[in-house]
Amino acid sequence: MARAGKMADGVANVTLREPGRFFALSLDTFRALFTWPFQWREFLQQAWFIVSVTVAPTIMVAIPFGAILSLQVGNLIRQLGAQSQTGSTAVLAIVREASPIVTALLIAAAAGSAICADLGARKIREEIDAMEVLGINPLHRLVVPRVLACAFVGLFLNGIVSVVGIAGGYVFNVMLQGGTPGAYIASFSGLAQLSDLYQAEVKAVVFGITAALVASYKGLTASGGPKGVGDAVNQTVVIAAMALFVENFVLSALYFQLVPQKGM
Amino acid sequence: MGVEIRVEGLTKSFGRQVIWEDVTLTLPAGEISVLLGPSGTGKSVFLKTMVGLLKPDRGHCWIDGRDMPNLRERDMYEVRKLFGVLFQDGALFGSMNLFDNIAFPLREHTRKSESEVRRIVLEKMEMVGLAGAQNKFPGEISGGMRKRAGLARALVLDPQIILCDEPDSGLDPVRTVLLNQLIVDLNAEIEATILIVTHDINTARTVPDNIGMLFLRQLVMFGPREMLLSSEEPVVRQFLNARKVGPIGMSEEKDLSELEAEARLGRDPGALPPIPPQLMTSDGRIRRTQHAPGEWLRAHGVTPPEGSFIDEMGRDWLEEWPRYVSAMSADAGRPAEGAH
Repeated sequence: MARAGKMADGVANVTLREPGRFFALSLDTFRALFTWPFQWREFLQQAWFIVSVTVAPTIMVAIPFGAILSLQVGNLIRQLGAQSQTGSTAVLAIVREASPIVTALLIAAAAGSAICADLGARKIREEIDAMEVLGINPLHRLVVPRVLACAFVGLFLNGIVSVVGIAGGYVFNVMLQGGTPGAYIASFSGLAQLSDLYQAEVKAVVFGITAALVASYKGLTASGGPKGVGDAVNQTVVIAAMALFVENFVLSALYFQLVPQKGM
Repeated sequence: MGVEIRVEGLTKSFGRQVIWEDVTLTLPAGEISVLLGPSGTGKSVFLKTMVGLLKPDRGHCWIDGRDMPNLRERDMYEVRKLFGVLFQDGALFGSMNLFDNIAFPLREHTRKSESEVRRIVLEKMEMVGLAGAQNKFPGEISGGMRKRAGLARALVLDPQIILCDEPDSGLDPVRTVLLNQLIVDLNAEIEATILIVTHDINTARTVPDNIGMLFLRQLVMFGPREMLLSSEEPVVRQFLNARKVGPIGMSEEKDLSELEAEARLGRDPGALPPIPPQLMTSDGRIRRTQHAPGEWLRAHGVTPPEGSFIDEMGRDWLEEWPRYVSAMSADAGRPAEGAH
């Protein structure tokens, strides 16, 4: 009986209380967004920090991503005799799907874990409490700049993944698969269109916001010493990654419904 | 001038675990109070509830006519500006050096010029004995230094209420006494209402005007220092005299067999030790809220234990006090209004 009670309590916690508190924090953060003065310094520091932890891994992931796409699709396309269209598939696959996914993973893993670890450490050292007692809202001071920095950097990370991924695909296609540079570039806009880039950028911003909010929530509710912070970081990465994939699916579905596709 | 804090029926629990219930007490404006209790009785939780960091299950905490737990967030931030809080580990911002940490409240809440901020910060750092450590980061200094830096930060806005969470843990005995002296002098200077959570018996016996004690989810007793120091209540008596004999055991409460064994051995809690005189300000000034030695005892017809109110120099403060008051007031050229 007691065990059933505990289980029901656990279920209620996971399905109602935690999401409820998360949305409460998100709403409070949204309200704090419009509080003057905006924390430019913290924003710039955080943006720079997020760039420093995400750029290198993003590029390292984007190159093989572009290459593998060329490899998989290139072989198939060559057999169909449409090798001149390799460029168009690479652009379509990378800009529309791969770059938001890579951005999502990197933001959740690198930026999210770093933000959560930072806030979590401050929480257990009572720095957050001290800040509140000193009359300063930590959501305004710490969370808002991080959320905006994450969204801002996500925007550019998405661009980097697109450029590096396509460049990787180009190098792979031209140097190893015997494709011609002219054909690769000429077919660039064969299937993709500008709105593909826009939707990818919208996704990147949404992912950045989500990952930063999850990380902030987990960090600010960390408890139980250093192990608690470690657990919070772990949960941040898992929850943020799951949330971003779900969002990616929803946004893609919306995009296909709302924007007419080229050549279909 | 300090602010009166009135706590009424405050109850706090985490899940099903009740931390304490129905705590009712009044911290008189401008007085120093100490909150005692065995480890794990929720003393820190009580402090955090008072400043609104934790929400109680029920009850009120009136500060300056406003009920802290039931305020809107914006008003709460406003009331918090009355507070200076020293957290257990100092709670300094790890990303800033000591100077910036201590300057933080000034830069946030005042429009003081940078040179003025510098003057105030250096003055407070000097006061807590941290002169020359401005450029150190919290990670580079000892726990005792972090604590003193945290105190300096709590004091920088001249708060009306000062809450100290174990100011003396991790400090050597000499620094503890000096810190106690600092708190008493500070109280004389800015007349803030001060609440100290501590385990240090010496601090509890000599510093405060009032003592409160938490045990087993209840506020066992709260009242003037002399009332608790002369109390026969077993919990209070055991704790304030650091005795083995009494209801407090290793796991908060002694179990029945332990108590029976104690009774069989006929262990007597022993006579009450003498009540020490209260710590005076370092410049001899009488605090506005200071009570005459033995005042409460006389009013309630309690005879203090032999040797009470005699300081280390052998002066008997019961006799010394009237002379001291007239000397001090002649010095200052004003009537001793505080010495009631």
